[in-house]
Amino acid sequence: MVLIPTASQTVGPFLHIGMNELNTNEIVGDGERIAITGRILDGEGQPVPDAVLEFWQANAHGKYAHPEDQQNKPLETGFTGFARIPTDTGGGFRLSTVKPGPVPARTGGVQAPHILIGVMARGLLARLVTRIYFSDEAANAADPVLALVAAERRATLIARREDGKDRRYVWDIRLRGEGETVFFEC
Amino acid sequence: MYDLPGYRRPPAGTQPNLVHPPYRSTMTRAPALPLVPLPTTLSEITGPLFGHTQVRPKDSDLTVHHAGAPLGERIVVTGRVLDADGRPVPNTLIEVWQANAGGRYRHPVDQREAVPLDPNFTGAGRAATDADGAYRFTTIKPGAYAWRNHHNAWRPAHIHFSLFGPSFLTRIVTQMYFPGDPLLALDPIVMGIPDERGRQSMIARFDLDATVPDVALGYRFDIVLRCRDATPREDGTGWS
Repeated sequence: MVLIPTASQTVGPFLHIGMNELNTNEIVGDGERIAITGRILDGEGQPVPDAVLEFWQANAHGKYAHPEDQQNKPLETGFTGFARIPTDTGGGFRLSTVKPGPVPARTGGVQAPHILIGVMARGLLARLVTRIYFSDEAANAADPVLALVAAERRATLIARREDGKDRRYVWDIRLRGEGETVFFEC
Repeated sequence: MYDLPGYRRPPAGTQPNLVHPPYRSTMTRAPALPLVPLPTTLSEITGPLFGHTQVRPKDSDLTVHHAGAPLGERIVVTGRVLDADGRPVPNTLIEVWQANAGGRYRHPVDQREAVPLDPNFTGAGRAATDADGAYRFTTIKPGAYAWRNHHNAWRPAHIHFSLFGPSFLTRIVTQMYFPGDPLLALDPIVMGIPDERGRQSMIARFDLDATVPDVALGYRFDIVLRCRDATPREDGTGWS
């Protein structure tokens, strides 16, 4: 039997009624604590205050909290790898998490540390998928996914490390127009 | 080495186009550039798993959260969550939200005072599928919702459904519609899907077997998630 997957629709402007209880802006786990802050802007440069972001990442060892990950790596109790954050009135978000470790690539080698992001909002008929990489990772140069992206657009996937003692990164999403973020079909 | 089977892609046209000019806000929010094809990696075939532990029994009955009963036509919405090969998807979380019987959302952005709020209705629910992929909600039929997309624009009655499934790639948010609604063909959000089969995938059907005598009309709504390919694709894209 082959069925047609149910079609996607926008979350609309009232998503907060139903997409609520799983929301958290903190991923608990062992390893280096980091914060990622940013804003979502639309094609006119206006903030998007009614989006929701979903984050999915491996732990500091590069292990996902999921049965498909059969790697022999530690997985600490309490680590989920998931966060869901509705944007604030200024289109902003702040994620507190652990820096993910490198995870296996499809055909050998590793992928540079990254976080998957799903973006949903009014005006988006389907979820957009993108990735956050980290500006201070030498492994980015050999990452097989970044290599698929035109060089001049790669910077849209890379969170910039801020100067200072706390490990803070800034990563903005531009849905459309100048500096448009790379979104993936997957 | 993690050369994993990817997820089969839905037939062309059965999912919405991101840019759909009749739905005005796609013109400022949907990406203008083509999506970049991403081979499936361990990152995508994993994903957050939510099921029974997130749900309390009362969460699937939207009519019992206040002192009184909500106004409107009481309905049961039930169905199964399947993958595209027809296998049940057990123990997966479903989140729903909707307007009240008059078409008003309990949300600060919905300020249409001509349409009253119902003090006995919030409009949020959750359920997890059982071992057979089945779920069941009790609620009231939402009203049509007037919006400002174009002159005299009305959204057909709908219930928002959010599902996770077994991986990051099975995540879907959709809207369930009601059969025979004359607003469906006029709705730019529904009509953003080019293929009629995709539009039909969102329309529940009336089901006398799901109807509770003297209490609630029954609607059946099966939800189909993407499923894995049997083997990795030789072209390395992980999909057909």
